[in-house]
Amino acid sequence: MSDIASRVKAIIVEKLGVDEGEVTPEASFTNDLGADSLDTVELTMEFEKEFNVAIPDDQAETISTVGQAISYLEKNVK
Amino acid sequence: MELKRVVVTGLGALTPIGKTVPEFWEGLINGVSGAAPITRFDTEKFKTKFACEVKDFVAEDYLEKKEARKLDPFVQYALVATEEAVKDAGLDFTKLNTNRIGVIWGAGIGGLKTFLDEISNFAKGDGTPRLNPFFIPKMIIDIAPGHISMKYGLRGPNFSCVSACASSTNALIDAFTYIRMGRADMFISGGSEAILNEAGIGGFNAMHALSTRNDDPKTASRPFDKDRDGFVAGEGAGTIILEELEHAKARGAKIYAEIVGGGMSADANHITAPHPEGLGAKLVMQSALDDAEMTTSDIDYINVHGTSTPLGDISETKAIGDLFGEDAYKLNISSTKSMTGHLLGAAGAIESIACILAIKNGIVPPTINHFTDDPSFDSKLNFTFNKAQKREINAALSNTFGFGGHNASVIFKKYVE
Repeated sequence: MSDIASRVKAIIVEKLGVDEGEVTPEASFTNDLGADSLDTVELTMEFEKEFNVAIPDDQAETISTVGQAISYLEKNVK
Repeated sequence: MELKRVVVTGLGALTPIGKTVPEFWEGLINGVSGAAPITRFDTEKFKTKFACEVKDFVAEDYLEKKEARKLDPFVQYALVATEEAVKDAGLDFTKLNTNRIGVIWGAGIGGLKTFLDEISNFAKGDGTPRLNPFFIPKMIIDIAPGHISMKYGLRGPNFSCVSACASSTNALIDAFTYIRMGRADMFISGGSEAILNEAGIGGFNAMHALSTRNDDPKTASRPFDKDRDGFVAGEGAGTIILEELEHAKARGAKIYAEIVGGGMSADANHITAPHPEGLGAKLVMQSALDDAEMTTSDIDYINVHGTSTPLGDISETKAIGDLFGEDAYKLNISSTKSMTGHLLGAAGAIESIACILAIKNGIVPPTINHFTDDPSFDSKLNFTFNKAQKREINAALSNTFGFGGHNASVIFKKYVE
């Protein structure tokens, strides 16, 4: 598992209060991990802070699973 | 319209001297002080270094971690005290018409910690408003009754009352009034406050409102003592279940007492100072007595606002003397803030609980920390100094006064069929 992937997972575990085992690449924030719309905004902000990137709103809207978050960040984090 | 009778059927308390109602009552009748050095932040640069904190409170002991993280402490406290009250009242909401059960909750300040944390982060940044999406819904005062309604599925009237240190008394009076008028069967009412952080202590210190007796916190809250030097800040929550009498009887509920009157008034005088002659305080007690169709001779115990400030204690005592006349000498008077500190928006709730339990148990909790008489007070008044007193109490009145000049008083009576 890449460094980015493990940091993303740690944030999700912390913010959504879920078990690490549930945080699989296919897991959807809202359908599988119990996030509501405010939780997903908070997650995006945490990713921005952790990786020092700005995720534009139109991009953030396309990130709905753990795997999508990891691949977005792997592409955009320098 | 015939008014309904309203009774108290459940209690919950999370306070600096006890985290449940039985512990709170034990603390009250044994004269326990909840004051101690502040543990929540570094007080080195603060004039006041102590307060009445809820001791060893760990939110996760009561709430799921995920839930707790999204709640300001004042809402966590509200949920904890309410859970105790709901259990105490033996409520099974699946068997009740939850469209007729509401929540009216008091808080004076609300999510100050949330505000402080978020704005501190913002101030450290480059001006980009990177505010947490939970900032507003975590901070606003009405989110406390909102969360209570969501937890139990209660769809009746739901809102907050804000009148500084009178907030939860106003909440109780509103709940009482709506049930009396037949608008609801039951309310979860009360209040909570959690301002023991840099902003709360710093803010009240700037007003010179707090005691600075840092060398002896436990004796700092000394209402009616000559050397009182300000109030001691406290925190916590109190929940009172108010229920229409026939509704309570139909489900075989335990009845603690009856709520019989509420009074409201304003000082119309100054933002923080009480009216020097206690005009608003006199008016509010009169208004509560009128509402209850009682006279001064019917009251046995007054749980006073009595915050231990130089001016406030004088004007309240003056008001009692003016209104009660000779009857004042038959009263027991006490300020339980001498033990709990001042819970601000939650004061009315926990002090109403003190009145309800005083009626039920026939014991008046004391005003502790009395060392030196102050000639400003009539020495014939019984302030229940230092030690609880046994007394048959038929009716008790609780006073609360808030910055802004808001006054609210409520009267509880022994329940008789």
